Amino acid sequence: MSAPHLKLPAWAEYGLIPLVNLSVAFLVAGAVVLLVGESPLRAAAILLDGAFGNGQNIAYTLFYATNFIFTGLAVAVAFHAGLFNIGGEGQAYISGLGVALVALTFDSILPWYLTFPLAIVGAALTGALWALIPAYLQAKRGSHIVITTIMFNFIAASAMVYLLVDVLKPAGSMAPETRTLLPGAQLPKLNWMLEAVGMSVRSAPLNVTFLLALAMAVVVWLLIWRTRLGYEIRTYGFSPRAARYAGINETRIILVTMMISGGLAGMMALNPIMGDQHRVALDFVAGAGFVGIAVALMGRSHPVGIVPAAILFGMLYQGGAELSFEMPNISRDMIVIIQGLVILFAGALENMFRPTIQTIFASISPRSVGVVAAKGETV
Amino acid sequence: MDLLIQLLDGTIRVSVPLLLACLAGLYSERAGVFDIGLEGKMLAGAFAGAAAASVTGSAWLGLGAAILVAVFFALVHGFASITHRGNQIVSGVAINFVAAGATIILGQAWFRQGGRTPALSGNARFQTIDLPGAAAVRDIPVIGHIYSELISGHSILVYVAFAMVPITWWVLYRTRFGLRLRAVGENPAAVDTAGISVTWLRYRAVIVTGVLTGIAGAYLSVAQNAGFVKDMTAGKGFIALAALIFAKWKPVPAMFACLLFGFLDAASIRIQGKEVDLFTWLPDGANIVLYALAAATGLGVLVWMRSRKYRWVESVLAALAVGLAMSLFFYLTTGQKIPVQLINALPFILTVILLAGFIGKAIPPKAGGVAYVKER
Repeated sequence: MSAPHLKLPAWAEYGLIPLVNLSVAFLVAGAVVLLVGESPLRAAAILLDGAFGNGQNIAYTLFYATNFIFTGLAVAVAFHAGLFNIGGEGQAYISGLGVALVALTFDSILPWYLTFPLAIVGAALTGALWALIPAYLQAKRGSHIVITTIMFNFIAASAMVYLLVDVLKPAGSMAPETRTLLPGAQLPKLNWMLEAVGMSVRSAPLNVTFLLALAMAVVVWLLIWRTRLGYEIRTYGFSPRAARYAGINETRIILVTMMISGGLAGMMALNPIMGDQHRVALDFVAGAGFVGIAVALMGRSHPVGIVPAAILFGMLYQGGAELSFEMPNISRDMIVIIQGLVILFAGALENMFRPTIQTIFASISPRSVGVVAAKGETV
Repeated sequence: MDLLIQLLDGTIRVSVPLLLACLAGLYSERAGVFDIGLEGKMLAGAFAGAAAASVTGSAWLGLGAAILVAVFFALVHGFASITHRGNQIVSGVAINFVAAGATIILGQAWFRQGGRTPALSGNARFQTIDLPGAAAVRDIPVIGHIYSELISGHSILVYVAFAMVPITWWVLYRTRFGLRLRAVGENPAAVDTAGISVTWLRYRAVIVTGVLTGIAGAYLSVAQNAGFVKDMTAGKGFIALAALIFAKWKPVPAMFACLLFGFLDAASIRIQGKEVDLFTWLPDGANIVLYALAAATGLGVLVWMRSRKYRWVESVLAALAVGLAMSLFFYLTTGQKIPVQLINALPFILTVILLAGFIGKAIPPKAGGVAYVKER
């Protein structure tokens, strides 16, 4: 980095600074709540109760978190290669097609535990292929991946509307959605896990996809920090020139990373389609692809950070729904603001408080920020 | 003829917000600050404009409020990406979300109409202007028609938008500010060496972006429509971004790109659910000629690309894409219902093809997206 940043102890770097950034984001969100004439503290209390108050609410929170783990991991994997995959939304949306093809074909002949692996492959493959085109254009034609993935979000949305309205809709039906999936493509719920620890769950859509999401978090950790490919991805992300010099194939890294990223985003489609609605409906992604950006930034692109960040956003989604009953002025769109503020303060403005924190550290204990700082020299 | 004029009239109406947002992005990106937050700034401007106009009853105060709010968001973007050298893409994404959420929450809290603002009427809205003599020449065929229907009868913001095209060209290529603006987008270190503040220059560019997106927002909610509806920009900021790339970051091509994308939008509304047959003049069974033409063009692309030393894979894929696209076009325009979604997606598809460098090459400003760090 060319910026004259002093070194901070690890706990401040990975704990304190993100915490300060997030606190500011939530303080500004609280100010918005104040602006619409409600009490931020009461809102927070209702929100927390709505998200964790009983087994039912926890199950919903984890159901939403499942989506965000997938999309957060997708964005994070691309971040490690220095690529900004803003197309998670489109990759997840188009993967509805892959899931639909598998589920509609096999739901009458196979049990769920055979349909599910096939659907995972279908979802991941569709998402990966949808991400492959922007990746190829970036690697070979030099088109900016941010722009192409944005364009591909819109193209995916148009394509899915067309498919649902004109192709996948069963004859004689008015609603633009596929037929209802048979039990062979309906995933079992996980509510028994919460009931096992003594909580009561009436009917929540939390399903086995949640376990798949956690497994993927482990897989991503292994991939990025424990494999040769992961090392190459990180090297390329840290310095493309160094990677090139070390003989790492640039094209391969871009293509493979984006396909993994697209595949992870694609798996998100399994959760609402096979786990909850049992059909492919319009706009089933509902912004989860974009939440993934906030989740990845908040989790600092590490699975250990991403899972809690995803649960936090799951909490905001579920608690926000409860909140809008209690406070009609605050609809679920409040989450969109919080999401934006988190992206702003944890992403774009992540270095805003760093100099201040460094100064404080330097004055308290010069040794903790390194000897150079103690001598008053800048790098 | 009437139908064509109506279509072109619609094209102008829907092109205006695209054009204003596109020119807004042009200032920012030519100065080296990427801006994917055009959508959010436009949306915030639209809400502020409609809210202020409905409270004060004045369209002009609405416009002022729209500009103020959009400039505020632009300054947030500048603060993050210029002062704190944050990631410009991340900052733009953040602004889009904050604007999308805040307009709904505040709209519901202040007006309680499900995120809408009260309907504007009278002076609270920009009325259409009849240019001098429009009524008199109405009956003259063609020219009079075009003058009275197409050129006259728009709100003042439409004329402002189209006037901004030559003004932007002049500012960019004929003033000192424009020269420096372009330079700071290509090589900020050189500008810095010349003793000009990179930071201040980029801030000025970002402020201009805010002003123009504010006008674009006000046009949507105070001129074209009579009030704010939630998510009323509906991706226009991104179409504007696509148009900006399509126009290779140049003002006059930007106008044509916006008119083209606006035309697609206007046409998609008109042909919705209708069967289109452009080839009724062909004798029965002669449609096969069209597909032969598509195949021949595909073959031509293959030969041309091979002669330009493109790889086999790329040449074959491009040839197939062109051949299939033309076949699809002929198939759809010989008595089929054209899917509206295809037309809606066309601006994005065209931009991707352009970005891929198959029809000309879109080269962004060299220093775009990179924060400037002064040497010390």
